Amino acid sequence: MMPDISLELILYTTALGLISIGLAGVVLSRHLFRMVLALGIAEAGANLMLVLAGYRWDAVAPILTTLGEHPPMVDPVPQAMVLTAIVIGVGIQALAVSILIRIRQRYGTLDRSQVVERMDAEIADTASIPRDVSQESPLGERPLPSIPDSTVEIRGGHS
Amino acid sequence: MTEIELWIVMLLALMVLSAAVMVLLVKNHVAAVAAASVVPLGLALLFVLMRAPDVAMTEAAVGAGLSSLILALALRRLGLWQIDGVKTRTNLIKTQSEGHRNA
Repeated sequence: MMPDISLELILYTTALGLISIGLAGVVLSRHLFRMVLALGIAEAGANLMLVLAGYRWDAVAPILTTLGEHPPMVDPVPQAMVLTAIVIGVGIQALAVSILIRIRQRYGTLDRSQVVERMDAEIADTASIPRDVSQESPLGERPLPSIPDSTVEIRGGHS
Repeated sequence: MTEIELWIVMLLALMVLSAAVMVLLVKNHVAAVAAASVVPLGLALLFVLMRAPDVAMTEAAVGAGLSSLILALALRRLGLWQIDGVKTRTNLIKTQSEGHRNA
């Protein structure tokens, strides 16, 4: 049986699926290492999408074997760009992993919320200011910002 | 475009997508790295079918080989390298002997 779908449809679905799975993993994952893996998946989907831009179903690989008349070839320019993007992707992954190693040395954990918590505490400790209240706490529990002295007299506050 | 090529592409696309979902769902980090290296491998085969043999070579060597090597070495450095949990250390011959799980 011949299914009534074309090759391009399958490949576009795969590319979009990889990109969306990767982005969902970057946004949703709680562990930082899983986030790096999801970034690699999204990048692979983008590469597939770029190669697919120059694809023709009736063409041959872009390698010249004879001079003169040749059959139609797929577009080699996106392939050259993807060749560069793959190598850059490995570089990005190595950089992200090295940042993860530094985070692990500094804060001792790779859980996202714990890292944010400890980073906040360290910033507040270094600048010797009171810790900022989390933006996720309910509105009524946040302290109101203090009014500067110059505006107090205008409003008829003290004295 | 022959029919067999269409089926091969469909199978590879299914493999790549399911491996990508596995990366996000699996709890063990070593298994997640293994699933993440399946994705460039299937993608390299797809590139061969899409008449891009140079991209396929690079993807197989750099994307599947070097990148998963970097990730596996990083797992050891980050202290996440655990093949099994402590409580589920079994193999095919010797089953668990803690007693609270009798087969």
